[in-house]
Amino acid sequence: MEQVRTMAQFSQAGQSPEILFWVGCSGSFDPRAQQITRAFAGILTHVGISFAILGPEESCTGDPARRAGNEFLFQMMARGNIETLNRYGIQKIVTTCPHCFNILKNEYPELGGHYEVVHHAEFLQDLILQGKIRMKEDGSYKGKRITYHDSCYLGRANGIYEAPRAVLEALDSELVEMRRCRSRGLCCGAGGGQMFKEEEKGTKRVNQERAADILESGAAVVASACPFCMTMLSDGMGSADPEKKVKLLDIAELVLQSMA
Amino acid sequence: MIQQILFILVTALAVTLFVRKVRFIRRNILLGSRDSGRDHPGLRWKNTLLLALGQKKMFRNPLVAVLHLFIYAGFLIINLEILEIILDGLTGSHRMFAPLLGRLYPVLIGCFEVLAVLVLVACVVFLIRRNLLRIRRFRSGDLQGWPRSDANYILITEIALMCFFLTLNTTDHALQLQGVAHYRQTGAFWVSGLLSRWVAHWPSTRLIVWERSAWWLHILGIFAFLNYLPFSKHLHILLAFPNAYYGRLVPPGQMDNMPEVAQEVSLIFQQQGQEPQASTSPQPKFGARDIGDLSWKNLLDAYSCTECGRCSAACPATQTGKQLSPRKIMMDTRDRMEAVGRNLDRGKNAGADGKFLLGDYISEEELRACTTCNACVQECPVSISPLDIILQLRRYLVMEESRAPQEWQMMFNNIENNQAPWKFPASGRADWAKS
Repeated sequence: MEQVRTMAQFSQAGQSPEILFWVGCSGSFDPRAQQITRAFAGILTHVGISFAILGPEESCTGDPARRAGNEFLFQMMARGNIETLNRYGIQKIVTTCPHCFNILKNEYPELGGHYEVVHHAEFLQDLILQGKIRMKEDGSYKGKRITYHDSCYLGRANGIYEAPRAVLEALDSELVEMRRCRSRGLCCGAGGGQMFKEEEKGTKRVNQERAADILESGAAVVASACPFCMTMLSDGMGSADPEKKVKLLDIAELVLQSMA
Repeated sequence: MIQQILFILVTALAVTLFVRKVRFIRRNILLGSRDSGRDHPGLRWKNTLLLALGQKKMFRNPLVAVLHLFIYAGFLIINLEILEIILDGLTGSHRMFAPLLGRLYPVLIGCFEVLAVLVLVACVVFLIRRNLLRIRRFRSGDLQGWPRSDANYILITEIALMCFFLTLNTTDHALQLQGVAHYRQTGAFWVSGLLSRWVAHWPSTRLIVWERSAWWLHILGIFAFLNYLPFSKHLHILLAFPNAYYGRLVPPGQMDNMPEVAQEVSLIFQQQGQEPQASTSPQPKFGARDIGDLSWKNLLDAYSCTECGRCSAACPATQTGKQLSPRKIMMDTRDRMEAVGRNLDRGKNAGADGKFLLGDYISEEELRACTTCNACVQECPVSISPLDIILQLRRYLVMEESRAPQEWQMMFNNIENNQAPWKFPASGRADWAKS
């Protein structure tokens, strides 16, 4: 993917991209999440949308620090990011991480960062609606039982339940719901800084509880729209489904594989 | 005449006691030093109508919602009858609204009676649900002792009140049939009119004893219940309304900003390259340790909580056996407020007992287990946010006491030094594009 350009490169060339793709820390460094990042960048390239990343100029939004209680560190990160974004005159941000999405959209404005922030679920839905993304006639997910795991920061936190489902329906798949879905969806266990520490003592892990829901749904594929959920569900399914009968994929990966 | 004097004394006592307790609660709620939103009154009234009056969230479980609606409608509507009872009690008249309302009167009382039967049925079903069915949220440890009894007392009292109401109408109708003086002819009511045949042959003296006893027990029960409310989880019938009005209007994912920290960070950014100046203003306190550090909305939340446990039933931590239970967070906050209130009533400082909400009531382990998933906030039928309290207590732990698990300390260090929660250099941020 040599064509991915940073905001600094756009700026030097005196150009500006249509959107800024906010990759996020998971998407930048976690090997599994990097695949999601590449899939989404691949879609953007395929569709012909000019996009930039911040690259080395992107910093953690401060989400895990803020939710763990470290407001000071959060404010430092937010301040730095807002300076960078405002320096480049960024208008529209698309991100594949619901945690980055929530904080950029809801929490940066009060600190001086005003942007149009879109999560890739909504962005992909729009591209499909506009006819810019067309699916193959015989896509590999046609008729497959797919279930969608709601990310808390997309669903309950921001009321986005339908966009990711609309994307999955565009694959001509058979969408099945888990027992706990939409506003009743069960957390994967990663939010609020949990991603970065061991769980407290209990009877089981949250991702094991969720893995049971997935198996119960009888789906062949679980779609997620969050890199943290991806990590937690991979771990949870690791023990619940050791033969890996159920595939775990991000909606961007599903779309890229099915695009005409 | 003796009955009238007695009635006036009892009413005055009930109202005085209630007003005193309401003042105590109001004072406690206003101990919350942080302010909460009052903007967009139009939207707030809409929420009050939908969530409190309309019980929108209860209908996430339709069967329970309908049973709850019976009790709620019964409470609101049958209480119209209380007005007549009180006026009768004060003036010594009997069913003074009957001549005013004419033929509408038996229809109205008939409706009340049907509701009373529905309330009875609902209360019995709820007693069975709470005590016989194995429903997890009614069986968990945080309800041990008083909270479990409290719930049962409320249901039993409601059953008793409805029985008194039906008894007084039944005997009243039998007395009307016997043409006893003072018992105004109103015609049969829908339910008691059917029951009265069983007592119609009783001597009128016996009927009068039963009628008067039921009448007195009914109104005394209501006065007692009124004064029980402020000590009980049942206070939600009043506070659900202001709590819905003052509920959060921003997206649930949005955490409240801390302007005092933003200001400090601004100073640091301005001073980059300069010598740091000593701050002249006193150091503000970050986060919450005790109830006074919370907002008055957090404290109103705690008094509005009816301990139904929908929050804990949906909480990923509670469901997987962690110590955290969002319901317990609310119950602890209320218990702490009551304790602080008692300290103040004894003329001492709020924290005279040397205790704090954080540590003495809510443990660090509980706070750590929260995934901020908003399931508790989503489920609460009366617009409570346990999450908001959890996050403020977390802020105190980290910013005032520097207490965080080692993994979080590492995450903080990584963010500070590498701009990512993991130990990867910022220069590698675009490496994903290389392969």
